Amino acid sequence: MTIGLTHYLTVAAIMFTLGVFGIFLNRKNVIIILMSIELMLLAVNINFVAFSAFLNDLVGQIFVMFVLTVAAAEAAIGLAILVVFFRNRGSIQVDDINAMKG
Amino acid sequence: MTAFVFYVFAALVVASGVMVVTARNPVHSVLFLILTFFNVAGLFVLLGAEFVAMIMVIVYVGAVAVLFLFVVMMLDIHAVSMREGFVKILPVGAVIGLVLFAELGLVFATWGFGPGVEIARAAPMTSGLTNTEAIGVVLYTDYVYLFQLSGIILLVGMIGSIMLTLRLRGGVKRQSALEQANRPLSDCIEIKKVATGKGI
Repeated sequence: MTIGLTHYLTVAAIMFTLGVFGIFLNRKNVIIILMSIELMLLAVNINFVAFSAFLNDLVGQIFVMFVLTVAAAEAAIGLAILVVFFRNRGSIQVDDINAMKG
Repeated sequence: MTAFVFYVFAALVVASGVMVVTARNPVHSVLFLILTFFNVAGLFVLLGAEFVAMIMVIVYVGAVAVLFLFVVMMLDIHAVSMREGFVKILPVGAVIGLVLFAELGLVFATWGFGPGVEIARAAPMTSGLTNTEAIGVVLYTDYVYLFQLSGIILLVGMIGSIMLTLRLRGGVKRQSALEQANRPLSDCIEIKKVATGKGI
């Protein structure tokens, strides 16, 4: 049995669903929420590379680089905000993040 | 053989992904995230995208996951209180996840390439070039502005995270090179005429 595009798309779909599931499951823990977002970006990257390979088009792999860049910058800024928040409040519970009364 | 390797990597990706979101200890979550990244890199190698696979390992495992690990270990997290309502929310999350997965499955089941897809390719792969070479040829010509822009995004991210976490504490002795360099000579040396046979 040959491995087709659908197999990769299925893996990516499972990963994306796991990311969404993780956000719901760990809604009190910001770090795990950030990790779930990384999982979702990873699923998108799998889709890009799979389409790129099966269409013989390089642009998908080029775009993965840009997604990777944005993911790295996002993780750095998110974790920096988390560190500052922990320094100010001594906790990173999502329930405590209510300074803006939103 | 390829099928077997694919199923091994895919199963490991999914299993470690499940462990990322369900692990009790955030440190274990980060370690499983690293395992996920490694296995996805394996899938990319199977797809013939070696360069992206290596970048994946270097950037995600080497930088992002280690950053997560540092922050998890640096902050004092009560893992138990974080998991309050875990069981209560589990069915809701499962239902939403299943609905999303079913929708994605419906899309993938009924989907196919259009007739004009061969012409619409922006950068068709040419034989005779390795993956890395081919990416370099496209990235530094057609996408050079986007490449520069991603550099700017990283610069903004770097400056932003440094500025956010910068803390100037009072009561700490610091060297100020600017102040040192700008001192006038009159502040530094004083010339005294000492008479012979007398001290100052």
